Amino acid sequence: MALLEVRNLRTSFRTDDGIVRAVDGVSFEVEKGQVLGIVGESGSGKSVTNLTIMGLNPRQNTITSGEALWKGRDLLKMKPAELREIRGSEISMIFQDPMTSLNPVHTIGKQLVEAILLHRDVTKRVARARALELLRAVGIPRADARIDDYPHQFSGGMRQRVMIAMALINDPDLLIADEPTTALDVTTQAQILALMKRLQQDFGSAIIMITHDLGVIAEIADDVFVMYAANVVEQAEVHDLFNRPQHPYTWGLMGSLPRLDADVERLTQIPGQPPSLLRPPPGCRFHPRCPYVMEVCKTTVPKLVPTQKDPGHLQACHLDEETKDREAAKLLEAMMVEAG
Amino acid sequence: MATTNSVPTTTTAAETADGNLLVVDDVKKHFPITRGIIFQKEIASVKAVDGVSFSIKPGETLGIVGESGCGKSTLARCIMRLLDPTAGRVIFDGHDITNLSRPSMRPVRRDMTMIFQDPYASLNPRKRVGFIVAEPLEVHGIGTAAEIKLRVQELLEVVGLNPEHYNRFPHEFSGGQRQRIGVARALAVNPKLIVCDEPVSALDVSVQAQILNLLKDLQDDFGLTYVFIAHDLNVVRHISDRVMVMYLGKVAEVASRDVLYREPKHPYTGALLSAVPIANPELGRKRESIVLEGDVPSPVNPPSACRFHPRCPRFVEGHCDVEEPPLYPFGEGHVAACHYPLERWPMTASEMHRGRRVREEEPAPAPDYAASS
Repeated sequence: MALLEVRNLRTSFRTDDGIVRAVDGVSFEVEKGQVLGIVGESGSGKSVTNLTIMGLNPRQNTITSGEALWKGRDLLKMKPAELREIRGSEISMIFQDPMTSLNPVHTIGKQLVEAILLHRDVTKRVARARALELLRAVGIPRADARIDDYPHQFSGGMRQRVMIAMALINDPDLLIADEPTTALDVTTQAQILALMKRLQQDFGSAIIMITHDLGVIAEIADDVFVMYAANVVEQAEVHDLFNRPQHPYTWGLMGSLPRLDADVERLTQIPGQPPSLLRPPPGCRFHPRCPYVMEVCKTTVPKLVPTQKDPGHLQACHLDEETKDREAAKLLEAMMVEAG
Repeated sequence: MATTNSVPTTTTAAETADGNLLVVDDVKKHFPITRGIIFQKEIASVKAVDGVSFSIKPGETLGIVGESGCGKSTLARCIMRLLDPTAGRVIFDGHDITNLSRPSMRPVRRDMTMIFQDPYASLNPRKRVGFIVAEPLEVHGIGTAAEIKLRVQELLEVVGLNPEHYNRFPHEFSGGQRQRIGVARALAVNPKLIVCDEPVSALDVSVQAQILNLLKDLQDDFGLTYVFIAHDLNVVRHISDRVMVMYLGKVAEVASRDVLYREPKHPYTGALLSAVPIANPELGRKRESIVLEGDVPSPVNPPSACRFHPRCPRFVEGHCDVEEPPLYPFGEGHVAACHYPLERWPMTASEMHRGRRVREEEPAPAPDYAASS
């Protein structure tokens, strides 16, 4: 049985302007020890998917349907108290901005100890020892001195390490990381990604990695799904996704990346803007921006179906597979001019 | 030559300019930290920019990369005279503008404009787009009201916006469209130089590509010169002719784009390059990235001599922490401030580490790398 099984998840928000369908039918599974990457641009629904699973959306004006089975129990139907039991112990989360997710008026030691005492029946002394152990594990120098420091006394990278320590403190089975390195500099990002990889191996937790950065996905994920305008448009094993991308949006994302390993004079841009989720376009939501648009795309929503060559590789596009393989090969060739 | 780090200058502005559009000569910006209320005593200073020199030819794009706190934005503000440099000279178009008064700076601002990072904060939310783009023209008294309106509509078209959106407010536009408004405003007065401070870092990748392509097209059409500041090495590589790497207020390395990314000499540049995630799972996972230890130190009390030495895998005690490395030349304008530059690239972390903890056994290496490379 999968650790987490999400089926046909839909989340809508009631706003003054109408109903915003932020997540519109997302299904996926996370196995033990797996790193699942979710990639998409702002507003694609990647964060809301996970906030919904964790029950962190505002209660008012949110409409949720579908299932999110955690070890067989539906998270969406749980009472707040039951969810609290799971959050922070079995499933934990790391957010993008470590400054706003730590309490500025308490020392990090106090916050770490609180996280343990909430879920475990141990003494403060034991909890503090555990906190110290985790701070060392995430590579905070002089952890025994720094445990009594306040969040503002840490740099951005160090704060993110504290967040990771807090997320791991109860040995979670699943860690949801929402853009954990976006606010950090590249050298710090490399430190944090290396740390997450190591901890994932040591602790064996599964990770859901949410990011807009295909580079981060390529470094860390086992399986990836690409989201666009509240839908999943492609889902594949990470090597398959990069070697044989099957959706025009994925091509657009890859082509619009300036890269160190390839020389392109001009980036292939995706024309236009992501659509408003208040009034998404009919048919395929990508069709107004898609260079391969056909008549059928404007009326019929493409289903997320396996490709013929590889049943594990899912895509939602009306183009025939032959054309897609040809276009994908063209794109990869263009990007490989100076690869090495 | 591109960089003159050590030459003390007593020459006139025109001589120093030497065909360059912009010359930045040993510019420093220190922000004082004071104590006391009435008698403010300076107790320390944040050395945000500490002796940076470079020059740019007309039509060239110089990329400036570095991590947060390395002084790249402060440097941009010093060039634009939005901040007054503590020391050094800024020579623009043959004229020393370092000490110009506000009124005499005004005509210069027709020739140098700026694009800012945050398209949400840099546009006045209460003004219509037409007004925002027209304002520079009005300030400089260019054209009649009717001419200005025509020009604004033309500008909106140039940056890929609908000229009929003249009367809209900034909030009616998406992030990418707002950045286009910022570009139109910067272009309005037909500048020679545009300083772009992280112009795409707040945008989604697909929109980022649109803006980068737009900036390149505009450069071709109008012969613009860019100073392009960014923390993203991929973006800088894409747009720049030459790249300058900064670390803690100092220049670490300058080279033409291809040389810098192919044969970096400074270990910091190497570490930066190896830290960039590659959007290719095979290449990315094979590669061993050089993970730097620790954080960027405080610019209030920077490390002695080479500022990178506490984090450098090639640190040699008794040399790097004692003697500040000058910008050694490596030919064709490639300079790097390192006593023990990288012999080749790519290098793994362990290969880089080789020199570590070797004490001063040999005298300083001969500075004449240019001949050998």
